[in-house]
Amino acid sequence: MIAYITRRLLYAIPILIGVNVITFTLFFVVNSPDDMARVQLGVKRVTPEAVQKWKEERGYDRPLLYNEAAAGAGALTDTIFFRNSVRLFAFDFGRSDQGRNIGFDVRTRMWPSLAIAIPVFLVGLLLYVTSALITCLFRATYVDFWGVVACVVMMSISSMFYIIGGQYLISKLWGLVPISGYDIGPNALKFLALPVVVGIVGGFGESVRLYRTLFLEEINRDYVKTARAKGLSETRVLFRHVLQNAMIPILTGVVVAIPLLFMGSLVTEAFFGIPGLGSYTIDAINSQDFAIVRAMVFLGSVLYIIGLILTDISYTMVDPRVRFE
Amino acid sequence: MPFKLEILWTDALIYLLLALVAALWWHIRRHEHLAAPWRKVARNASGMSAATVLVFFVVIGLADSLHYRPAIEMRDGKAIYAVEVLSVFDTLAGGLRAQKATTYSAPLATHRYSRELIELPDGRQVRDYPRLKYGGAHLKDPDTEWGPDIARRCLYGIAGGALIWLVVAALLCAVLARGGTADTGRMWGAVWRGETEVPWRAVLVTLAVMLAVGGPIVALSGKYHVLGTDKVGQDVLYQALKSIRTGLLIGTLTTLIMLPFAILFGAMAGYFKGRVDDAIQYLYTTLSSIPSVLLIAAAVLMMQVYIEIHVDRFETTIQRADFRLFWLCFILGVASWTGLCRLIRGEALKLRELEYIQAAKAFGVSDFRIIARHIVPNVMHIVLITAVLNFSALVLAEAVLAYIGVGVDPTMMSFGGMINSARLEMAREPIVWWSLATAFCFMLLMVLSANLFADAVRDAFDPRISAVKPARPAAQTP
Repeated sequence: MIAYITRRLLYAIPILIGVNVITFTLFFVVNSPDDMARVQLGVKRVTPEAVQKWKEERGYDRPLLYNEAAAGAGALTDTIFFRNSVRLFAFDFGRSDQGRNIGFDVRTRMWPSLAIAIPVFLVGLLLYVTSALITCLFRATYVDFWGVVACVVMMSISSMFYIIGGQYLISKLWGLVPISGYDIGPNALKFLALPVVVGIVGGFGESVRLYRTLFLEEINRDYVKTARAKGLSETRVLFRHVLQNAMIPILTGVVVAIPLLFMGSLVTEAFFGIPGLGSYTIDAINSQDFAIVRAMVFLGSVLYIIGLILTDISYTMVDPRVRFE
Repeated sequence: MPFKLEILWTDALIYLLLALVAALWWHIRRHEHLAAPWRKVARNASGMSAATVLVFFVVIGLADSLHYRPAIEMRDGKAIYAVEVLSVFDTLAGGLRAQKATTYSAPLATHRYSRELIELPDGRQVRDYPRLKYGGAHLKDPDTEWGPDIARRCLYGIAGGALIWLVVAALLCAVLARGGTADTGRMWGAVWRGETEVPWRAVLVTLAVMLAVGGPIVALSGKYHVLGTDKVGQDVLYQALKSIRTGLLIGTLTTLIMLPFAILFGAMAGYFKGRVDDAIQYLYTTLSSIPSVLLIAAAVLMMQVYIEIHVDRFETTIQRADFRLFWLCFILGVASWTGLCRLIRGEALKLRELEYIQAAKAFGVSDFRIIARHIVPNVMHIVLITAVLNFSALVLAEAVLAYIGVGVDPTMMSFGGMINSARLEMAREPIVWWSLATAFCFMLLMVLSANLFADAVRDAFDPRISAVKPARPAAQTP
């Protein structure tokens, strides 16, 4: 198993190199650092000196790929590509265009993100799977029919309406929790409650419907008929036999998302003023801080690849037929 | 009045798409095996109701995709054209676009939303709600006339709607009766009892509901701001109708752009295997490992820089907005082709081992021909299902992107833009709810009908689903 994981991690390297080449092309080749400097400093009335100063402060005055002026290895390392793209492999994110230490920001801001993402993920999964099994229990009755109708309507509503509606109803009208903000310690609870609830409700329709389809595909298999023929109650059949066998397709979608929980949710965090990585990314996009966006792209890809590896490992846990080759 | 046709990139593409759909329609009609699943879609009542609603959106979107520049004046036999680009829809909407209030006003209001200092004719100044410039301006005494006037216009609207509905229903029955043996009257009965193969009753009921809501709105919109006005006095109904085109374009053009990549790469990876497969798999794993929101954000940021630097390349603001919309679709397409590509690759891997493809190979048919004639037609059901499922996801994604600040151009009306500017108004006291409510209703209607239609298409085309369904116990089927 360790050999397998090592091999998978080695496979990840060319992919991350690919990601780096894509972001490098997007950020430095499509538009030159000069263009970026001009936009940052305001397009009109910008002097060449100001552009040069902006680039020097951020280290963007180096050549893109090959530095003829530098000696020895410096020809390759003293370039924008090496300093801003290759260094990411060591998780050295450098400084943002505003001069902040990105690595430090990421380490401090991931906790609020996790404080929302983990409860949403765990409680949500439990709730969705249970609800889907209940609709299966009542399959082909009006409960099932209206349940599916409710799911389709819920998944047709933009996530922003859940947030705006939740803030209006629960915070403004009923005054149960503050509209937005964040605090550390036990005080955080009242700030986190609404984002978590909104997050769970927002994902309800799509997930329940998906899981319901997965369960229904299992429900007419022979082993389920055998279980019923043995005289097991329908609840037991569903919650034990069907659930266990439907775990594989469920895991495919779920496990890959676990590492990405670190990144937080962009919209939720921004709406509720949670100082997590999601709102960090949005702020970076709005202030056109490309260094942060680059770092987040790299971080997101790394987490996604870890998620893929975790997915494969989780298969062996739920399905003894799957073995590492 | 002379005018100059202004063909925007997205206009050209949407009409290209329309032509493609028409060509496909013609092709499918002539081939029974292709038409069979579509007949199944046509038998689905909820799918057909959803399609009726979608037709309404598509018609508005297409009318809004024919742009022209009207001539302002004639000089020496040559026309001088306005800088402002209008669409056919703008012309049809007429007053909706031009009749602006100054600031917020509630739906159907005759007075402004907040008190202001007004100077009376005798020189005295009072704080009161000023009358609106257009909304209910024809009323002499709004306090007494407003209610009856609204009721009267609603009645006219409903009557007009009923008339249209009757004409459509009669035409439909006449056309249906011509194909069969029954006469129009008997056909009417058959439709009404739900005995026709295609659920025309569901379509007619949907149409009736739409006309019952739409008729009064049309009747009222001439003299009132039916859904209120926003901060700068723009009619909210007009904004919502204009947003339809943006949503439609993002939902369809993105798919149009990604399909060639996904089909070609997917079919090639599955058919050739080996090196080609490795290269294509590497490409899509790399692309899909970047979180799509970040990829889109990064690309849009770069495009913004490009637009700001090359601002002189765009003659009008609408051209700039159109360029941005086009690239947004392109980027969304690049970010989303990987899922479909993976599905097609899997299917092509299975197909290449089948006898008829082995036979084609043995006859010496070229690889390119096998992919074009045997692989691609046999993965089309996956393509179709993905395309219709993607549509609603893309319409929803537009709203999120607008909030993040990487959506369509701010001058272009879109549901995301409406939500984005309306969400702050919820904090006002008393709250301004109509912008948000309008965006909510239109978006829900569009996405919901797209979802229902997608379900109907999937039920008809997915071989797995048709295999699963009959296996359900017969007694439990409702």
